[in-house]
Amino acid sequence: MPKIIVDVMPKPEILDPQGKAIGAALARLGIEGFREVRQGKRFELKVHGEITEEVLATVRHAAETLLSNPVIEDVVSVKQKECGGNCGCGHAKTAETPNGQKDLLA
Amino acid sequence: MTARIGVVTFPGSLDDRDALRAVRLAGAEAVSLFHADAGLQDVDAVVLPGGFSYGDYLRAGAIARFAPIMDSIVDAANGGMPVLGICNGFQVLTEVHLLPGSMIKNEHLHFICRDQTLRVENAETAWTSEYRKGEEIVVPLKNQDGQYVADEHVLDELEGEGRVAFRYVGWNPNGSRRDIAGITNARGNVVGLMPHPEHAVEPGFGPDSVEGGRMGTDGLAFFTSAIKGLLAKA
Repeated sequence: MPKIIVDVMPKPEILDPQGKAIGAALARLGIEGFREVRQGKRFELKVHGEITEEVLATVRHAAETLLSNPVIEDVVSVKQKECGGNCGCGHAKTAETPNGQKDLLA
Repeated sequence: MTARIGVVTFPGSLDDRDALRAVRLAGAEAVSLFHADAGLQDVDAVVLPGGFSYGDYLRAGAIARFAPIMDSIVDAANGGMPVLGICNGFQVLTEVHLLPGSMIKNEHLHFICRDQTLRVENAETAWTSEYRKGEEIVVPLKNQDGQYVADEHVLDELEGEGRVAFRYVGWNPNGSRRDIAGITNARGNVVGLMPHPEHAVEPGFGPDSVEGGRMGTDGLAFFTSAIKGLLAKA
């Protein structure tokens, strides 16, 4: 079943207390070499049928109105997650980017 | 006549009963409003109470902001009706854009519960007219996502227009920008704050005060301010 992935991150100028705590925990575990950790949110929306431009427009609208708060967060990407063509949904496998996702933010 | 002040219950509201009680103790008729209703039952003012509407899922207040009753509240607020958002209610008011900025997790990540001293910075709003500007009051504070943030331009605008209604005195308990505990809209009818005035309205059940343990009633004037303003208009 085709999925759309929405990634939301705290705005760069907003302090991220959770990311800071995670960064401190990594250092305590001896996992080092990172200057900063920031924590965001990933939403997966399963779509009825094909992903059309209309569906994408709806998801972008959802991302800007409910999934993120523009005062403190940025929608960093809205991407189609390919099913791989083997889930039985009839969705043909298309060319994959190295991470298996196709950027549809534009 | 008496003023009718409504308190909205969302799924996960905790302090709606205390807010209703505060309204009654201040001398108004308390009206229970339900998130799923569209109408406001002819109330003269509305309180959005504290708690964890929808479990704070997604962001605090983010889902409650789309409750059916919120359309009526936004319309009424834009028409001048007094609206007070306490804690989670403040978060709902920012999510619905009646007040600027937003609340993120406390800087230190801990849930905090303490008696908090605040300075009243604006005593001309619908909910603060019974205080004096500069007066210090003590009311309980209890939250996880209480760090008020907004961009510098918005913060300068709030300061310049006297729209910072309350500031934390002494230790800033959550990292809020410029020690901001509460703000108002330009008109002064919509006020939001993180601390809980509705928990400081009855001797024996409030914060400690000079009168004795749990004797503090510094929060009562929020509600008497609104009532006085409403009756003056009637």
